[in-house]
Amino acid sequence: MGAPETFRVACLLLRSNEASGGIARMALTAFDEMNGGGAGQPEQAAVREAYDILKAWLDKTPPEHFNTRRSQAEMLFRRIGITFAVYGANESTERLIPFDIIPRVLTKPEWDFLERGLKQRVTALNAFINDIYGAEECIKAGIIPPDLIYRNPHYRMEMRAFDVPHDLYVHIAGIDIVRTGANDFFVLEDNARTPSGVSYMLENREVMMRLFPELFSRHRVAPVENYPDALLATLRSLAPASATRDPTVVLLTPGRYNSAFYEHSFLADKLGVELVEAGDLFTKDEVVYMRTTEGPRRVDVIYRRLDDDFLDPLVFRPDSVLGVPGLMNAYERGNVTLSNAVGTGISDDKAVYSYMPEIVKFFTGEEPILHNVPTYRCREPEAFSYVIDNLKDLVVKEVNGSGGYGMLVGPHATRREIDEFAKKLRHAPDNFIAQPTLSLSTCPTFVASGVAPRHVDLRPFVLAGADEIRIVPGGLTRVALKEGSLVVNSSQGGGTKDTWVLDA
Amino acid sequence: MLSRTADNLYWLSRYAERADFLARILDAALRLTALPSNYGGRTSNEWASALSSAGDPALFKTLYDAVNEHTVCNFLAFSAHNPSSIRSCIATARENARSIRTALTTEMWDTINGAWLELRSYEGRDLSREEFTQFLDWVKRVSLTFDGSAYRTMLRNDAYWFTRAGTAIERADNTARILDVKYQILLPASERVGGSLDYFQWTTILREVSAFNAYHWVYRESIKPVLVADLLILNPEMPRSLASCYRMLVEHLDLIADAYGRRGESQRLASNMRAKLAGADIERIFASGLHEFIQGFIVENNGLGAAISEQYLV
Repeated sequence: MGAPETFRVACLLLRSNEASGGIARMALTAFDEMNGGGAGQPEQAAVREAYDILKAWLDKTPPEHFNTRRSQAEMLFRRIGITFAVYGANESTERLIPFDIIPRVLTKPEWDFLERGLKQRVTALNAFINDIYGAEECIKAGIIPPDLIYRNPHYRMEMRAFDVPHDLYVHIAGIDIVRTGANDFFVLEDNARTPSGVSYMLENREVMMRLFPELFSRHRVAPVENYPDALLATLRSLAPASATRDPTVVLLTPGRYNSAFYEHSFLADKLGVELVEAGDLFTKDEVVYMRTTEGPRRVDVIYRRLDDDFLDPLVFRPDSVLGVPGLMNAYERGNVTLSNAVGTGISDDKAVYSYMPEIVKFFTGEEPILHNVPTYRCREPEAFSYVIDNLKDLVVKEVNGSGGYGMLVGPHATRREIDEFAKKLRHAPDNFIAQPTLSLSTCPTFVASGVAPRHVDLRPFVLAGADEIRIVPGGLTRVALKEGSLVVNSSQGGGTKDTWVLDA
Repeated sequence: MLSRTADNLYWLSRYAERADFLARILDAALRLTALPSNYGGRTSNEWASALSSAGDPALFKTLYDAVNEHTVCNFLAFSAHNPSSIRSCIATARENARSIRTALTTEMWDTINGAWLELRSYEGRDLSREEFTQFLDWVKRVSLTFDGSAYRTMLRNDAYWFTRAGTAIERADNTARILDVKYQILLPASERVGGSLDYFQWTTILREVSAFNAYHWVYRESIKPVLVADLLILNPEMPRSLASCYRMLVEHLDLIADAYGRRGESQRLASNMRAKLAGADIERIFASGLHEFIQGFIVENNGLGAAISEQYLV
């Protein structure tokens, strides 16, 4: 049932967009989170209430003041060492993710709505993954085509053999949300493997509070600083039954050459747990230990920031030097908890994503609170031919891509890029999905020419523990700094903003 | 604590100490070559000597054609091919620091990360003599700040003790290397009364370990080679002497052993060496061969390094 219906919704949305002026011009009429406006009413300039004080502050503060604060912010970030490595670039490159000092503001009702939707979505994700490695009810019920699961590169046969503690697979999720209007929020992606960015959420707030204390005294901004506590409580709640009352939690990093290493070390520090590399761990009699100066110490929960493929060279990639031989065996025996569980990558797949509305309904019995972006599955002939004919208007993504790599943004692509992409698409339609070019909302942002609207998205971090689901208010706002650009990924020149949820 | 964390801390402080040592060697060589030739300047083989104290002459030969101020300064200060250049020491220290950020205090991280960032402003351009001297001063300040921040801000636990042990063992090695290269000018045979050339050679050694003033305070005598050797090897007041370094090593290795409730090979080796140095007499060392003594020391010091590694760091 799922496929044709989604397709229809997508066409509807596209038509309604066309009616309002066509995709190519949509960027001009995007919903601005400070000034409102958007499709149909581009000239509207009333300041939305949440931004009242901020707007007045922007208007009356002299530009030099902002420039000083911006360079102070940059210095702070560089000093603390928040950098990320860019893949493909020179190996010694460490860059700062550009930080924009104008916060993005969400109201309490907006956040409450998102929070309810996020909890529902992550609950459904957990039930879904538990199901595909267990009873397979959703496949039997025809909710999702079996080949999309069984032939998926992120499907892990190994996970069928045993139950994970509390049937929870996704403990830490980053759900990417985009906005197109005052009340229109969509889920763009589910990141249920090892979502990153939370350190920026925390550091952005630190830096903002240091630089603009006066703004915080005039707004009631919900705090985010309790995230590490919430994360630790979540991880501890997932300890295996065999662990002591005070389970040992560690954070497993691929090492300092990983692009997110800063975040790994930052989080380990905030959590007060050891930051381990594979070489620090070993297994003996199906139990995981870490090597310490006082000898081996048992490990109960591993918050791993390492992809499934690299976890255990005995089970997955034999050439992995980042992994721990025997880890999967200890995991299967229930002697250690991996967080997130192995095999959650299935829900990051963008073709699987397109079935989320049905998945949510099937497992929660409720209508989805947060909608998907309408998605064409190129594996379906009808959708494929539509996509190939309309590439210039669509965003086409690899089902397993991430970080904004390997994707086509039709309206911004040249004829040649589109032709080349079409070739790739014809060659392997199953590998792609397409979405209409959404007119992402904009927020005022500092750029070379002054303050200008730039497109944003939002990545809230959802923590699903055995006891409860925790979400700190807000998340990471990413902003596409190039004018008109819709790509917010840090690897592609995106920046970040502090995200405020105003507490009443 | 994680063995790897301890290993990183230990090597981090070794590299910070080594950077300081390299800066002192270069500083002393520059000073000596600036002297008129009849005072030991210019004609001396100071650059070859700096190279053998602080570098790997075989590696040097693969990279440069001639031994002179320009090539040796480049090799010891900035070469990315030399794993023990000042540049490499700072870069490696920073890499180590980065992988154990959580074990460092903010002040220590700031020092190392700040140094690494600032290093770039010196790299890739020709520095004037004055700028180079400023660079060396800066390096010494970095090591000083690192040492000071460790001392002032770290918790007094195993992390701190491993850091101090790293400093002490590196310092002992550095002092021994200077003595190893220059031992012949300390031997009685080379002593020519009033020989200004030797005088400046001896004072160079003192400057390399920043003991020029200390010498006078300790001995209240004009500079004599046997006393220079005594100061650097046996005098426990002199913070860079071998005896002093072993005092520090024994103290911190014992603290580790007490905390973990177990003594091992490294404690045994360190206290043996400390006892040996405490019971030694400089005249007797000269009689039985200064060179042999120093070479023996270097081997045993490396042995202690291996034992620490084996016992705690792997």
